[in-house]
Amino acid sequence: METPLFTYPFSIGLMFIVSFLLVVTCIWLAALSKSDRKLILKKIPGPASLKAIGETFMEALLHRKIFRKNPVLGYMHTSLAFGWFLLIVVGHLEAAVHYHTFSFPLWKSIFFRYAEPAPATGFAGHFFATSMDFLLLLILSGVGLAYYKRFNSRAFGMKKTTQLKVGDRIALTALWLIFPLRLIAEGVSAGLHRNGSFLTQPTGNLLAAILPLPLLEKPVWWAYSCALGVFFVAMPVSRYMHIPVEVLLIFLRRYGVRSQKHVNGYTRVQVFSCSRCGICLDSCQMNHANIRNTQSVYVLKQIRGRRLSDEQLFNCLLCGRCQKDCPVGIDLNDIRITQRIESTAEYNSTYDYLKNGPSPQADVVYFAGCMTHLTPSIKKSMQKLLNYAQVNYWFMDEHKAPCCGRPLIQAGQLEAAQKLIANNRDKIMQSGARTLVVSCPICYKVFSEDYKLPNVRVMHHAEYLLELVNQGLLPVHNSPKRVVYHDPCELGRGSGIYDQPRQLLGQYVELITMKHEKEDAFCCGGSLSNIKISMQERDRIRDHVLEEFQQYRPDQVVTACPLCKKTFTKGTEVEVRDLAEIVWESVSQQIIAAQPPVKQLEPEEVPS
Amino acid sequence: MSKPKKVITIGGGVAGTEVSSLLAELGYDVTLIEKNSQTGGKLNGWSHLFPTGRPAAQVAEFLQHKVQRNSFKTICQTDVSQVVFGNGSFLVKTSGDERLPADAVVISTGFDIFDATRKEEYGYSVYENVITSVDLENRLKAGAPITTAAGNKPCRIAFIHCVGSRDEKCGNHHCSKVCCVTGVKQATELAKQLPQAEIFCFYMDLRMFGLPYESMYREAQEKYNIQFIRGRLSEAAENADGTLQIKAEDTLSGRPLKMQVDLVVLLVGMVPGKNTAHMADLFELQREPNGFLQTEDPHLFKNRSSRKGVFLAGTCTGPMTVDETLDHARSAALDIHHYLQNK
Amino acid sequence: MNAFGFKLIEPRSIDFDQFDGRLLNEILEKEPSFKICLSCGGCTATCNAGTLIDFNIRKMNLLLRRGEITGLAREIDKCMLCGKCMLVCPRGINIRNVIMLLKKGLVQYRNENI
Repeated sequence: METPLFTYPFSIGLMFIVSFLLVVTCIWLAALSKSDRKLILKKIPGPASLKAIGETFMEALLHRKIFRKNPVLGYMHTSLAFGWFLLIVVGHLEAAVHYHTFSFPLWKSIFFRYAEPAPATGFAGHFFATSMDFLLLLILSGVGLAYYKRFNSRAFGMKKTTQLKVGDRIALTALWLIFPLRLIAEGVSAGLHRNGSFLTQPTGNLLAAILPLPLLEKPVWWAYSCALGVFFVAMPVSRYMHIPVEVLLIFLRRYGVRSQKHVNGYTRVQVFSCSRCGICLDSCQMNHANIRNTQSVYVLKQIRGRRLSDEQLFNCLLCGRCQKDCPVGIDLNDIRITQRIESTAEYNSTYDYLKNGPSPQADVVYFAGCMTHLTPSIKKSMQKLLNYAQVNYWFMDEHKAPCCGRPLIQAGQLEAAQKLIANNRDKIMQSGARTLVVSCPICYKVFSEDYKLPNVRVMHHAEYLLELVNQGLLPVHNSPKRVVYHDPCELGRGSGIYDQPRQLLGQYVELITMKHEKEDAFCCGGSLSNIKISMQERDRIRDHVLEEFQQYRPDQVVTACPLCKKTFTKGTEVEVRDLAEIVWESVSQQIIAAQPPVKQLEPEEVPS
Repeated sequence: MSKPKKVITIGGGVAGTEVSSLLAELGYDVTLIEKNSQTGGKLNGWSHLFPTGRPAAQVAEFLQHKVQRNSFKTICQTDVSQVVFGNGSFLVKTSGDERLPADAVVISTGFDIFDATRKEEYGYSVYENVITSVDLENRLKAGAPITTAAGNKPCRIAFIHCVGSRDEKCGNHHCSKVCCVTGVKQATELAKQLPQAEIFCFYMDLRMFGLPYESMYREAQEKYNIQFIRGRLSEAAENADGTLQIKAEDTLSGRPLKMQVDLVVLLVGMVPGKNTAHMADLFELQREPNGFLQTEDPHLFKNRSSRKGVFLAGTCTGPMTVDETLDHARSAALDIHHYLQNK
Repeated sequence: MNAFGFKLIEPRSIDFDQFDGRLLNEILEKEPSFKICLSCGGCTATCNAGTLIDFNIRKMNLLLRRGEITGLAREIDKCMLCGKCMLVCPRGINIRNVIMLLKKGLVQYRNENI
């Protein structure tokens, strides 16, 4: 058979998208650092490739993560992605079995029912015909759900769905038409040639009863081919670009490529991997302040279109809740910070006034952090605890010290932050200390990730106090109080520290388990990462969080961050405490209990 | 004459006792409900009143005399638990299970003192030598010499104005009005008691609104050498010897300032009382954005609430001095009298 | 003459008729909370950079409002964006946004004037 004319839209579209993908992949790979490219070349022959294939199968086709988040939404994605994938594979096998070879023109497998009008024969023939109809049915159920979701997203447990732009509309329309058109085209052929199976044959019979099929056969196959062609051509300007790019992302990630603090090929790959599923919209607490255009999905879209405004870029708490929920696993926080770095690169500070004097020698350096100076209760508790445990420590920022640099990084001022980091790093290294204890998760994040302090353990006081308690250096008195523990963003999602604070706290009080905690914990709303938000909007976000706490009727709200503490204190009558205060309270009870006071410490350390 | 009309007063502070006495004197059947064990309110804790320096006890005694002379019913240690609205009348149920009918109700539940622990950076209840103006007033009243926590004479004392007032971070947009002059009064009292001590007042704006108050301010500068620094305290830190390091900007010279002091006094502001909020809920009354009860008209009907028959007296409507509270209570009595006469 | 910021400004009266409000207006538009400063100085008192060098964030606000732009860029560079000022501000002004807008605005202003 000659290649029918109607297959051309499909073939052209396919050739276009394949060559387009090849070109952009090359561009993106070229925009990676040399070390990244070396890493990829080294890892391609290894197990990482197999794992990437496995992950592609699980995530890009089966959409396991979406399933976990929302089974109905997961089914929709799986039926479309995996169904279509199988339709291509099984269709190919069907043609291969039929022609007894793998070398046949591609169009013959895609338009098989047209190419081979003879009814299926034999076990293999029937098996394939039935399978293909089943797969088509599977996909159509997914398409049906997609129609339904577009008009009623709440049924999917999603409060919001993304807004579409022109490219998306074209691609979406094409995608929605592809499978119904395939059903009609195969149905028409089945009606004419009786080559259908359980789905297409009845469809064909039905159509035959009401329509003049011979006239229609060519046009419906044209329509099907056009829908495919349009979809392929529209793909690069639509969100469906994520389908192929997500696979590339999975491979790169498996090869060990990571986000950098500047825009590179990996950033582009991540940006194009966003499927705009809208799951991040529901995770975002900015909704509570009625801010609805700064969520990750919109920011990625604007980055693609190179239309990102500062108002959108900087109006984000960087709490990381969206990143945790992103089914594609895009490093949303890193991408946003990278964009901030680029957008503010022109005006970094030099801080040439910073000087370095000699540091006192100590075993432990204690860095309270700027915010902790506004929560003296935390600071005082830490000083007393360190004294009680007779730790040889140096309180580095007791009187003056530069900020840790994290707030600058959050604002995109990376180069400026490096200046502060260098100054503080020198001081810490000079002290000869082997442990750095910090009271603020914001500081903790930058000290542990960006400072590069060889042979120095960086610890948040939650970890350090737990260690002291476990060593028996701090007596434990438990109280019958019921408390909720609030995970600070930078300590929890930011640094993965969920268990140590709970282990510590659990020794003193009864810990209530909340619905939103650990990875799902809310941000208090006070985050320094958001440069644009107003105080009133922050309050609304905070109040929403406090409402959840209130449901559990806690005696205290405990956290491990001075900023969270300050934020919550403003909004509630319930006592808000830091872990260090809880530990000190317990130790001071011990001191009162043991008469006369067991003290080799200075007089001012005796609590009244 | 028919049976006297019934009035219930809720809250037995300065405003509540005064309005009750006056209404009883006018022949109404008054019942005063007070949540504490005795009437008199916060006045009982004050030492001396500005601008005269008269002992607060004298004023309290005057009010108490009137209460006794007019012998109306007072129910102490009791809260209002429920209100039933009738046709132009009320039925008030108390925590003591009493059911009291009323033709008019006066709300005089007053204010609460701002909880200074909410401004943690100032170190109240963290550092022993940070006290509030209320603590100081109580100590002055007790007649004890003012010392640091360690029992020493303070050599340098800092008064911090606007603690919990004009502070949106604490949710309080309003000026508490009386703290500026209270600060001047207390600083003067301390200067008299501790003539060697250096005393500083850190203020944002000094609001000496009453006629004699400006003279008090002048006297504080002239006679007692009290120094006024225009700058808001940002934070306090404790030194090893228990003294405090405070930080502010001396905004007039445009430079950051730090100072070591022995005692910090926080001039805490007035916030709407918890009970006031509770009454607003029970009686379904409108409140101002700052939480105080809304009056029917801010010029003409300052004693009427948003509900007919419910009257307001005193600081439940906003910050007032003791004198203003008395005036407000008296005008309430007259307004209620008119209302009940024409009912 | 001292090389730091506002000390560059010559001792003379403020001339509101020569006021160049471009930068100020842009910042006020993008961060309206900047209007409500009551000059209490809490920000300057708590300022972390201020413990290390002569730096007065409140005065910078004031200078901007009087159209005194000379030397501002150099001054604002001292800020470390730690955010303490925002926590102590009684009016809840979004000071960090003001600083970022000012930094950006000053670059634009400089480019326009070259």
